[in-house]
Amino acid sequence: MSADLELDCRAMLCPRPVIELARHYTEVPVGGVIAVAADDVAAATDVPAWCRMRHQEYLGTENAADGVPVYRVRRLS
Amino acid sequence: MTAPGEQPPATYLDTASSEPLHPAARAVLEQALEAGYADPRRLHGPARNARILLDNAREATADALGVRPDEVTFTPSGTHAVHLGVLGLLAGRARHGDHLAASAVEHSSVLHAGRWHADRGGSFSTLPVDSLGRVLPEVAGSPAVIAVQSANHEVGTVQPVAVFAGAAPVFMDASASAGRLPLPEGWDAAAASAHKWGGPAGVGVLLVRKGARWRNPFPTDDRVEERATGMENVAGALASAAALQAVVAERAEVGPRQHALIDRLRHGVAAIEDTEIVGDPVDRLPHLVTFSFLYVDGEAIVTELDRRGFAVASGSACTASTLEPSHVLAAMGALTHGNVRISLTRETSANDVDRLLAQLPGIVADLRAEAGL
Repeated sequence: MSADLELDCRAMLCPRPVIELARHYTEVPVGGVIAVAADDVAAATDVPAWCRMRHQEYLGTENAADGVPVYRVRRLS
Repeated sequence: MTAPGEQPPATYLDTASSEPLHPAARAVLEQALEAGYADPRRLHGPARNARILLDNAREATADALGVRPDEVTFTPSGTHAVHLGVLGLLAGRARHGDHLAASAVEHSSVLHAGRWHADRGGSFSTLPVDSLGRVLPEVAGSPAVIAVQSANHEVGTVQPVAVFAGAAPVFMDASASAGRLPLPEGWDAAAASAHKWGGPAGVGVLLVRKGARWRNPFPTDDRVEERATGMENVAGALASAAALQAVVAERAEVGPRQHALIDRLRHGVAAIEDTEIVGDPVDRLPHLVTFSFLYVDGEAIVTELDRRGFAVASGSACTASTLEPSHVLAAMGALTHGNVRISLTRETSANDVDRLLAQLPGIVADLRAEAGL
């Protein structure tokens, strides 16, 4: 599935993927989708937790061609 | 030997990892080391002295925990007591089934026992928890044994152990609450660890209810007691019992005081933006709270607090030897980075809490600024 913006956070350790998400999500329009490719295991918990705390919508995860999880977030505000 | 560096004493806020030795234990330990060196199973005078000390330790521990003396066994650690408790109930149920169901937020020693059991042909699954970390009361299938802790060691939430009674024999890891809260009803075997209530390290307690079907899952030796692993740490057990008695005697005063201090801490931390305070705010351990700061590196905040004289723990991945985040926080769906666990001593004051609260906003702001936020 496509995203308006995909961040490559491979090889970044927590909390860096969530920091990158917070720094860049405003670059997609409200209603748009930002994706974060992250192999750090903490992202599986921390991306949904960030969405809950920052009132954004967590859409779920899919795998990139190299098997790295890609976390998808819809910007709500 | 080298002495620890000359530094002002830290404000120690990590008693959930290990409590300082209780003064009541210190006095007893020295005397018991003097008099309790012999093998309690021999037939001479020094052995009888050691036997009396060990029996005293057992009786005092039983009395403080509200169980029978013959239900108490001292083990070389809390982890070993957990392994004996979980795997011993499974061995006692071998003719009925081999499935262990444990809450997803158990201490790692319980989960490792489950994996060990599964590696040897048994089966193991975890029970989910809600967002407060409380295990959901539904159990799928018919497990041979259920493992549920008395209270969670990371977030403090008290667990509904009694609701699982009757579904299967229950193993309860009581390490986080023993001495601080009365033991709940509904378990068949339980474990605790003396250094978490102010006894010395190297003393665990295994409780097996009279009439429970329990079999030792490990090789033993020719000694008499079925549940003991080698010769007991007699002096350590007696010192642990003295600490436990003191903690239980003090808890009507210490518990509410700690509970109020944790409320004060929760309230103060909530004022810091983008902070998640984890666990049940009310039905919880009196002395413990966990919170997580968004965008903050857990190792960095522990290090900054250490530099300012505060000793705290963290469940964030970067602070763990495994590089995996806390399985407790992950099972709850709670934020795992920027995590700090505070656990109070019996002497922690409102002033200590306020000094910590005065430091946290600046540290968090600096670390977030370093991260580019």
